[in-house]
Amino acid sequence: MLFNGKVIKYKDNVDTDVIIPARYLNTIDKKELASHCMEDLDTSFKERVKTNKIIVAGNNFGCGSSREHAPLAIKESGVELVIAKSFARIFYRNAINIGLAIFECPEAADAISDGDEIKADSDTGIIEDLTTGKQFKTKPFPEFIGKIIADGGLVEAIKKGSVK
Amino acid sequence: MSMTMTQKILAAHAGLESVEAGELILVSLDRVLGNDITSPVAIREFDKLGFDEVYDKNKVTMVMDHFAPNKDIKAAIQCKMCRDFCREKEVVNFYDVGKMGVEHALLPEKGLVVSGDTVIGADSHTCTYGALGAFSTGVGSTDMACGMAIGKAWFKVPSAIKFVLKGKLQKYVSGKDVILHIIGKIGVDGALYRSMEFTGEGVSSLSITDRLTICNMAIEAGAKNGIFPVDEQTLAYIAERSDRKPVVYEADEDAVYDETYEIDLSAIRPTVAFPHLPENTKTVDEISEVKIDQVVIGSCTNGYYENIKEAADIIRGKKVADGVRAIIIPATQEIYMRAMREGLLADFIEAGCAVSTPTCGPCLGGHMGILAPYERAVATTNRNFVGRMGDPTSEVYLTSPAVAAASAILGRIASPEEVM
Repeated sequence: MLFNGKVIKYKDNVDTDVIIPARYLNTIDKKELASHCMEDLDTSFKERVKTNKIIVAGNNFGCGSSREHAPLAIKESGVELVIAKSFARIFYRNAINIGLAIFECPEAADAISDGDEIKADSDTGIIEDLTTGKQFKTKPFPEFIGKIIADGGLVEAIKKGSVK
Repeated sequence: MSMTMTQKILAAHAGLESVEAGELILVSLDRVLGNDITSPVAIREFDKLGFDEVYDKNKVTMVMDHFAPNKDIKAAIQCKMCRDFCREKEVVNFYDVGKMGVEHALLPEKGLVVSGDTVIGADSHTCTYGALGAFSTGVGSTDMACGMAIGKAWFKVPSAIKFVLKGKLQKYVSGKDVILHIIGKIGVDGALYRSMEFTGEGVSSLSITDRLTICNMAIEAGAKNGIFPVDEQTLAYIAERSDRKPVVYEADEDAVYDETYEIDLSAIRPTVAFPHLPENTKTVDEISEVKIDQVVIGSCTNGYYENIKEAADIIRGKKVADGVRAIIIPATQEIYMRAMREGLLADFIEAGCAVSTPTCGPCLGGHMGILAPYERAVATTNRNFVGRMGDPTSEVYLTSPAVAAASAILGRIASPEEVM
C-alpha cells in the first residue's frame, strides 16, 4: 500500500486517554469517537487532520488503556498512517486488527518534522520525506499483516478468507 | 531449549514442545474477558464474524464495572447490549450490578483464574492474574471478538526481564510502592512488548494482594504480562476459590532474560507517581507540600480487602481534612461486605469519607469523583495521564492505600508515619 500526505507530529508516550478520553467511551459510534479524537492533547487536531493525514510520533505511542476506540477514532478522523519510534503493544495489535496502517521507524520518527510531506510504501518499507529529501527504511509488514490492513481489519480479513 | 515461565505457559497452550522469543504462535485460551466499555465493540465485531455461539459458555466472561451502575443513558445502553448478548449466548459468567466488582479483583476472587491459565481480556489491566502464575494480557475488542468465536489468539512470544526480589517490605510499604519504584526505574516503556518475571526469596513475603497490585501495573511499564512463581500462598488462595487444578510452571534455571534487576524490598519507601506519567516517581521523603482536593482509594490496583483494611486502620478515629473529598471504593461485593461486617466502612464514614459500591468509576474519569479544572487527587489507581480523572488541567498522584489515607487526613500528600 502507498501513503502520501502531510504530517502531524507528536511526542513520546501519547496515551489512549488523550487519544480518546474515557468520558466519551459511552458510545461505539465511530464518527462520534472521531469528533473527540486528541482533544485533550491537541485542540488543533480536528482542523489539521483535514489536510494532514499522517501522524508521526515518538516512543510508546498508544500506551495505557486497551480501548480499541483509540485507533478507531484516529482512523475515522481520516488519518491514513501512523509512524512512531515505538508503539505500545496493545495499540499495535488493535491498529492492525482494525486496519489502521502503522510503521515503527525510529529514524523517520526523529527526522520528520511537523508539516512535512511524506511518501511511504508498506510493501517495501521505504519512507520518503519529500520536504527534506531524506529517505528511511523500515521492515515491511509480513504478508499476512499487510493483508489484514488492506482488507480493513482482522474481521474483514477472516471473512474474505485472507486470514485462516 | 530453555524457557521463561511465560514462554512455558504459552508453549503448552500452543501445543508446542518449546517456543522462543519473537516466534508468532496461536494460543488456546482458558478465559476471554470484557467489560461494559470494550465488550460492545467486541460484540459488534463478533456479529460481523457470523458465529452463532461463543466458543465456550463457561470461559467467556463479562463484567459491568466501568460505567456501572450506569452513569448515563448511553452507558445504560452499552450495558444492555452486553446483558442481551450474554443472555442470548448463555454466557455463564456475566457479572452485573449487585454481583459485579472491578473485573480484575473479581476474577481471582471468584476462582475464575488458576495457575497455568491463559487469559485475554479487553482491558489493559488483565495482566493482573500473573500474580497467580497465569499468563494473562490485555488486548483490544477485535481480539476479544475473535477469542469469543474461536477460543484462540495470536501472540508474538515475548522475551523477559527478571526482577529478583529480596528482603521484606517495611511497615506502611506495600505492593503499590514496589511497582511504582520499578516503573520509576525502568520507565513507562521499560518493559515494552516483554514479560516482567518476578522471582527471588522476597516473593514469599509478599501477600497475594501485593502480587496482584504489582502485576496489575506491569502494563504501566509497557509489559505484555507480569508473572509471579506459584508458591504455597498461591495454591492456598486458589484452593479456597476454585475446584480446578492449578498447573504450575517454573522458569528454567538457564532461561534467558534481556535484563535482570535486583530489588531490595526492605529499602523501598512509600512512593508517589507525579503527573502525568506513572514513571514520574518520588518517595514521600522527597516531596514538598502538595495540597490536594480529593482522595480515591479503590480500583483493580488497590481496592482489595487488605488495602481497604490498611486505609481504615490509618483513618479510624481521625477526620478527613477540610476541603478534601475522600472516596472509598471496595473493589468487589465480597470485599465490601467484609469491610462492612468488620466495621471498616463505619470507620470511613465517621471520618467523613464517602463509601461507594464497587465500580471503576473515577479511575478512568467515568463517574463517582470527577475532577474540576486544576484540582488535584491522590489516588490508589494506576494511571495519572492528562485528563485521566477529569478536566485536562487536573492532576492525579498515584500512591499506595496507606499514603492515600494519610493524605486524606492531612489534606496534602503525606506519609503514613506522619499520622500514626
